Amino acid sequence: MTIALDGSSPSPWASFVRRLADGNQAVTCAVEGIHCAACVQSIERTLEPIDGVIRARVNASTHRLHLSWRPSETELAPLLEQVERMGYRTVPCDSADVTAANKSYSRTLLQALAIAGFGAMNVMVLSVAVWAGLAEDMGPSTRNFLHWIAALIAVPTVSIAGYPFFRSAWTALAGRSTNMDVPISLAVIVTTIASLLETIRGAEYVYFDAALALLFFLLIGRYLDSSLRGKALSASQNLLALRGKVARLVTADGRIEDIAVDMIKVGDRVHVAPGQHFQVDGNIVEGRTSVDLSLITGEAAPLLAGPGEAVYAGSSNLDAAVVVEASSVGADTLLAEISALMENAEQHRGRYVSLADRMARLYTPFVFGFSIAGFVLWFAVLGAGWHEALMIAVAVLIVTCPCALGLAVPAVQVGAVARLFRQGILVKSGDALERLQAVNTFIFDKTGTLTLGRPTLASTRDIPETVMAVAAGMAANSAHPLAQALANATGAAPLPDTTEVPGDGLFHRGTAGEFRLGRAEFVGIPAGNGPGTGPELWFGGPNIEPARFGFEDRVKLDARQCIADLVQRGCRVEILSGDRKAVVADMAAQVSIETWHGEYRPANKVERLQLLRKEGQHVAMVGDGLNDAPALAAADISLSPSTASDISQTAADIVFQGDLLAPVAEAHAVARKSMKLVRENIGLALGYNLVAVPIALSGALTPFIAAILMSASSIVVTLNALRMRAKRPA
Amino acid sequence: MTSLYYLIPIALLLGIVGLGAFVWSLRTGQYEDLEGEAQRALRDEAPLSPEEARRGRLAQKDE
Repeated sequence: MTIALDGSSPSPWASFVRRLADGNQAVTCAVEGIHCAACVQSIERTLEPIDGVIRARVNASTHRLHLSWRPSETELAPLLEQVERMGYRTVPCDSADVTAANKSYSRTLLQALAIAGFGAMNVMVLSVAVWAGLAEDMGPSTRNFLHWIAALIAVPTVSIAGYPFFRSAWTALAGRSTNMDVPISLAVIVTTIASLLETIRGAEYVYFDAALALLFFLLIGRYLDSSLRGKALSASQNLLALRGKVARLVTADGRIEDIAVDMIKVGDRVHVAPGQHFQVDGNIVEGRTSVDLSLITGEAAPLLAGPGEAVYAGSSNLDAAVVVEASSVGADTLLAEISALMENAEQHRGRYVSLADRMARLYTPFVFGFSIAGFVLWFAVLGAGWHEALMIAVAVLIVTCPCALGLAVPAVQVGAVARLFRQGILVKSGDALERLQAVNTFIFDKTGTLTLGRPTLASTRDIPETVMAVAAGMAANSAHPLAQALANATGAAPLPDTTEVPGDGLFHRGTAGEFRLGRAEFVGIPAGNGPGTGPELWFGGPNIEPARFGFEDRVKLDARQCIADLVQRGCRVEILSGDRKAVVADMAAQVSIETWHGEYRPANKVERLQLLRKEGQHVAMVGDGLNDAPALAAADISLSPSTASDISQTAADIVFQGDLLAPVAEAHAVARKSMKLVRENIGLALGYNLVAVPIALSGALTPFIAAILMSASSIVVTLNALRMRAKRPA
Repeated sequence: MTSLYYLIPIALLLGIVGLGAFVWSLRTGQYEDLEGEAQRALRDEAPLSPEEARRGRLAQKDE
């Protein structure tokens, strides 16, 4: 390579740096490696004393660093370097991302919650006074005064705190459908207006407390739900940002500049070091290497590629540094083709209607029906006055307020999502758990999903221990993925006096002579002479038999167990892979999966999924590669490991971290348990109506009884939801 | 009983002041990072405001 590294290149993060009004600059970074408050402190303490730094703040909840500085005194790159030196990876990211919308919604909810809480508490205090007064000797003028105060608090509170519900209900009605917010809004508005009219009339009973308590309880559920979702969203976004989207541009005069991947144009030359991902589609112009295409095709065995041959963004460079000329941006890229497939697949999926909304569709007519029935019964049949009959209709409407029903789903989901979050499983979409629990067919991709997706050392039975120790020690000096795998297998410390020859291997000058570790030719063995296939390293030296280290992509430790768990729960399991059929068959046998398909292109995977869904199966897709992205979008629910390609992680509903497959089984188990609790909760809520509606219809409902019944049902539902926190899922 | 006519409004007013304080704290971003700020309070040295920190550094330079 004839490339000189030059430090004076412009910052690759220019597009993320914000210019402040006073001429200073600011940036937001995702930080990897923060575990505790001490990490936050040490980062801030390192940065803040540096000249030119105005403010360095790490948000311990979102793991983001907000940094501002004076460009006249310092630059971003050296500041980030300081943090990296402490062992934290920091990558600038977009501060106005998708989490911003969620954040402002969360904030609106919290504000509404505070206002509803204030209103509910105060009105309840007044109500208790009135209820006590009704039993004792409170005069009508005092009662009216208290009712007016309550009205004064309740009307503004309902209009502000109820806004999130009213807006959502209105959106649903405008789209000619209904959701849970329709009966909630209706109940709150009718209760408030009826109570206001009763206050003007100077009547005995008003229901302001019921309307406000309903809003308060429901807002608690909504707020918890949205803040948890926000946490999962920002965590999954940090994972993506930390990929580091920097490319090394080779300029016309042969220097290397770091630039953001987005800034690369067709015809630009990009330098890709071994162990890195290719960031662009293009052709190799300089160098020869082997390429791991597994993220794209699912084929695990690396391909050799030299000048003129095409490489694709998302594949990784294994052996040697190469220079790639970017060939396509825009509509012709492989990525664009896959995106088109994804959009298509998503359209075919159709919108999922959540259980709560399906319940609301059944429930709304039921509420109206009983209310009208109450009016007709008392006015026409029992011959009561129209005012009395109307108040009974209102009482029915109030008591059927879907408070418990509105809490039934979010109360459980909050527990379930929090529990999964603690285990490194990020649930990104609201109804993901509901869709997951219905799944009866799991489709797994092979490379990177069932397997680790990176080389690990195969059996070393025939290799003497002394050879092993020297080879591993040499390997520990290199960042090459195969060398790393060899070093990790023994945990050897780096051997001194070792030199790396990029693209070939390592040599070490010891007392006995020169040892070599690397490609077959480098060690002095004719290529293609080895006993096995797949990636390999050779080791040779004075007076020893050359040794071959084979590497394989190992099955995840618990893959077999996870599959067995799923099968035991009555799920069908299949493998769809882009890899060669023989390899896939071998893998299927290893993890005991009966149905498998190899050599599948992205479109084939989508077809297979659609076929299964047409048969009435509910399909979960677990995949990581670019080639899985369309299938992920087409499935009922999709899961991706956090090692997956960016586009797959974005498409997936659930992202799980770590090297195990257990999160798939765990998420499924938690989803099933949460759905069981949701059904119980809905049963409890409906059971409450069985008690409450007859009381309201009989005309015996007072605000006092209504308050007790409604609170009791909400508390029972919430307590039942807390069982989600129990250790073992059923 | 007439004391109610001014005691209740006073009580409500106090409550509204509290509510106002909460809404202010929410809008100025006091709840953006509950974990971090809680720990930050335990730092040994008093945290400097950005302006103070800048002045402090400038003063050091002048010496």
